[in-house]
Parts: sequence; C-alpha cells; structure tokens
Amino acid sequence: MAENVLRLEDVTMQFGGVVAVNNLSLEVNRGEIVALIGPNGAGKTTAFNCITGIYDPTNGQISFNEKTIVANHPRGKMRKLYAGENAKKYVAARTVDPTPDQVTKLGIARTFQNIRLWKSMTVFDNVLTAKHMRAKQNVFSATLRITYSEEKRMREETIALLEEQNLLQYANDLAVSLPYGLQRRLEIARALATDPKLLLLDEPAAGMNPQETQELGEFIVQIKEKYGLTVFMIEHHMDLVMQFSDRIYVIDFGRLISQGTPAVVQADPKVINAYLGVSE
Amino acid sequence: MKKKSKAELWLAFGAIALIYIAVAILEKTVNANSIIFTVLKKGAIYSLVVVSMNLLNGFTGLFSLGQAGFMLIGAYTYAIFTMPTEIKLTESVYKYYEAAVKFDTGIFIGLICAGLMAALFAALIGLPVLRLKSDYLAIATIGFAEIIRAIFQWDVLGPITNGANVMREYLDLTDVTIPFTKIPFPPTLFVFVASGVCIALIVLLINSSYGRAFKAIRDDEVAAEAMGINLFKHKEMSFVISSFFAGISGALLAMYQYTVQAAQFKSAMTYEILLIVVIGGIGSISGSCIASFLYIAASEWWLRGLDMGKFLGIESATVFRSGFRRFVFSIIIMLIVLFFSRGLMGDREISFAGLIKRFNKHAKPAKAAKGGGIDG
Repeated sequence: MAENVLRLEDVTMQFGGVVAVNNLSLEVNRGEIVALIGPNGAGKTTAFNCITGIYDPTNGQISFNEKTIVANHPRGKMRKLYAGENAKKYVAARTVDPTPDQVTKLGIARTFQNIRLWKSMTVFDNVLTAKHMRAKQNVFSATLRITYSEEKRMREETIALLEEQNLLQYANDLAVSLPYGLQRRLEIARALATDPKLLLLDEPAAGMNPQETQELGEFIVQIKEKYGLTVFMIEHHMDLVMQFSDRIYVIDFGRLISQGTPAVVQADPKVINAYLGVSE
Repeated sequence: MKKKSKAELWLAFGAIALIYIAVAILEKTVNANSIIFTVLKKGAIYSLVVVSMNLLNGFTGLFSLGQAGFMLIGAYTYAIFTMPTEIKLTESVYKYYEAAVKFDTGIFIGLICAGLMAALFAALIGLPVLRLKSDYLAIATIGFAEIIRAIFQWDVLGPITNGANVMREYLDLTDVTIPFTKIPFPPTLFVFVASGVCIALIVLLINSSYGRAFKAIRDDEVAAEAMGINLFKHKEMSFVISSFFAGISGALLAMYQYTVQAAQFKSAMTYEILLIVVIGGIGSISGSCIASFLYIAASEWWLRGLDMGKFLGIESATVFRSGFRRFVFSIIIMLIVLFFSRGLMGDREISFAGLIKRFNKHAKPAKAAKGGGIDG
C-alpha cells in the first residue's frame, strides 16, 4: 500500500452561489507525479488554493503526511446557502485554517499559473529570500550580523541550487529580465529553495512550445528523483500529462469525473465529453 | 551573490568619516548661530524620520501616514523622561497640573525610551491596522496620528503631558556631554552621530534576510506568503521598527527645538516627510538622506529670501513677501516630479563605482556627490 502524502476528502469551495470545487476527494502518494486536469474554469487552481491555505474551503478536510492541515464545515451564512455534499460530515472535527506560510513551512511549495516572481529582485535574491523561512535567526541577530554564519549558509545553498538548475549565469540579473521559460524554471527553483516534500505546479508548461514542454517534463522527473519529491501538477498540455504523470485526476465544474492511469483516463468517455462536448 | 566589493565598502566608510570630520571642524570654526547648523541639524533629524518612513513605505510597501504621531510620542516621552525632577515639581513648566512622573533619566536612556514608547504604540496599533491594505491603511494611520495628537493635549492627561501647554526645560542639545566627562559634546555632531547610528541600523536591517523578506512582501504579497514569509509578523515588525526610529527622531527634534508642543505634529508634517521620501526616491536610503538635506536647506535657507523681501540680490518688497516662498517651493516640487518621476535616486543607492562611471561619461556628478556618504 502506497503512502499518502496528500489527501483531500470531500473538499468543497463555494463562493456565494458558485460551487468552484464540489466534493473533491483525491490522494497523492509518495514519489508520484500526479496531474490534475480539466477544462477551463473546472476549479483546478481553486483546489490548489485550498491546499495551500490561500482559500479556506467551505467544507472538507485536507491532510498532508497523515496530518490534518485544513478542515472546515459550512458555517454562518454558508450553512443555508451550502450547495455541496456532506455538509454535516466535518461538523464535529476541529477546524484547521492555516495561512499559506504555515502550509509552506510544513513542506508544500507551489508555483503560480501566472508567474509571480519578485520583480525588483535579482534571480539570486529571489531564491535566497525563499530560504528566509527556515533560517535560524531573529531580527536582531540578523541586523547586527550575529548570525552571519546562517546568512552565509543560505547564500552557499542558493548558489548550489542555482548551479543545479543552470541558472547561475543569470544570478545577478533581474528576475523579470529572464526569458519566459527561464522565469518558469526560476519559479520552480524558488519553490525548491523552501525544502518542500510536495511540489504543487500550477500549469508549469503554459506558453511553452512542444520541445520546451518535453524538456520541462524531463526536468520535473529529474528534480523529483533528486530531491525525493512528490509532484502534483495542473496542466493543459496533454503530451506532458500523458507522458510523465503516474496518475491523473480529471475534474469538470468542480467535480471529479475520472481518475486513473493516463491510458484509463484517455479512454474514458466522460473525459472526452468534458473536453469536446457531448455528441448529439 | 556578488556583494559590494570590499573597496567600495571602505570608500563608503571613508566618506562617512569625512562628513563627520567636516561637521566637527565646521562646529569649531563657524559661528554657532550660523544658519548652516540649523540646516545640518534639522536635515539629519529629518533624514532619520524619512529613512524610517522609507523602510515602511518604500521597502515593505505599507502606505502608512502615521509618522508624525510616532514622532510626537517620541518627543513627549523624551521630554517627560529627561526633564529634571526639580523643574517638574516647581511651577515653571507644569503650571496648571501637578507633575505625575517624579523621576528623570539621562539623555541616552531618554532617547531609547522615546523609541521604545513609539514602538510599543506601533505594536498595539499595528494589530488591527495592518490587516488593512493600501489606502485604507493610510487612512487608519492618519486617523491614529490625529487621535494621538488630541490625546496628548487632553486635559485629563495634564499631569503627564502638561495638557496643551509647551514642554520645555528638559535636556536639550546643549546638555549633551562627552560620556564620563563634563565636556559639552558638539551639538550638530551629536545629531549626526545619533541619526547616523540609527540609519546605519536600518541599512543593516534592509540588507539582512529580513530586509529581503520586506521587499518580497512589497513586490508580491501572495508569492511572499506562498514562500513561507509570515505576512503579518513581518509587516508588524517593519511597522514597529519604523516607529521606533520615528520616535527617536521625534526626541532629537525635541532636543533641537528646546521646546515641544503636541500641536506642532500635524498631519502636514507627515506629508512633508512623505514628500521628501518621494523626492528622494521610494526605496532609496541615500536618496532619502540627500532629499532631506536639500529640502531643509531649500525651505530654511536658500528660499528664505523669498519671504523676506530680498532674493538673489533683487529687492522687491511687493513680490517677495510672506508666502511667496511656498509658491516657489511648490513649483520646484512639481518640476522635480515632472523630471524625476521616480525621485532623485529611484530605488538605487549611491555607489562609488556608479559615480565614477557617471563621471567618466558625462563629467557631471554634482548632484550625487553632494550627499555622497551620508549613509554610504
């Protein structure tokens, strides 16, 4: 039996009357590359935002390494409005509502659909700043350079990481001055700098040509092996998804409609209908 | 990774040392009543508060307008703490009230306490206020500064704050002595040392891991949070530290002025500070320092004649009369905004390598050289 790294149980995210994610349950096991796919507006990024603490889901529970990191049930105005399922299931559970930085601290790092690098900072500083969270220092010791050894260690680690990602030559360039593909790669490098166990990639191949996509896929496999990661990604490039992921979850209108290995999902008529529409 | 070279760092230290030596020599040679000391003292005090505001607005991206309020707290804390107890007990200052604070401290402790008190208030106010964003934060902090000003003039607090009356006869710049001796410390040099130490601390903070975290929050909050930076903790930290130094600069201002009154710390003062931040360049420490001295020099010295009937040798009592200076001043500011849309320095800092490059290219480094090493 494979070991769960991430488990979503009955996660529902409702914005007013819109149910963006509806009763989503899924599992990601250690060492896997799992893809989450679906047509535009299916709720993929919303699901990511629930996992990383940006949204507080209306109902459901999320656990990471068998530890509950998010749990909620409909309350307040939502109790009447709620349109999802299993409204009563988590009422007794203790609600857990982390902020994104707490989730990252547990070992879940993410990238963003529209690249969110720190614009005024260099490539080097972008990666270095991501290491700030795990540095053993406080504001006095850092200001007065008492813990300079810590700063030195972070700098050395950053250089090593950039070297591995072939970004060292750009270290002193502004992050936004890099070409698009490298910005994507830098964002992944920045996420790796937080020492994650689980990497969430939100459309890593968006805007890339087939060759770049292929390279990215190999890159993902490579960093997965190297850092012992588990990868959970949202992607629209079917080549990438089919070739590199171990399992696939398909959602449409917030609901899970299919899951399984790439071959199973590809053959599933429900998936074809979701993407191409139902034939008359 | 490519840090400033060692030579550059030593050059900066050398430039700062030169400035201090120059100030010390000036104080020995020039008449103490000269306008230049007014400009230097006030410029140094404003540099500190402007840099503290830049830490908050420029580096952390929090648009806060409470700086005058924190200066007020610092100034009053300093005045109350350092006023000798004998004077508190007579009627010379506390005329209508009986002074409640019956102890006094030295200048150094007074300055630190001024900063700490401002920081304490900032910590308390920060808890609710820092959950607001952009304009709303600005409105809340303006409101806070106004409330503080009103509270310090409140009759009920009279035994502590002397109500709306002037605070005076506390330890001022003339009371500063060289440690462990009775020899008076040169006042302008003291202001430079005090501001310089504080600004150096801010520079160290900005170049530390925390400074990078502040910049990350400014650039992209969502990404900062996703990379494990606790937004609230870091915002609160920046707010408290900024207020600490604003408090100290308030105390220095009180020392410089000999008297201090709550009514002086109006929101116009915050706007003045904000204006200097913008002129100097949001996110540039050296820009803030240069702009502070230029602003103070212009308003206190160079443009004085516009109000006094004589400017650049031209005498005209009808044109150059009271109020004309403000008119010219606003035009100058508009011109600066037009031609330097990102302030004098943008978000860059002065560096000697950059200066040399400039010198070789245009042979016109006049502006940058002026404030060369105020903070290095």
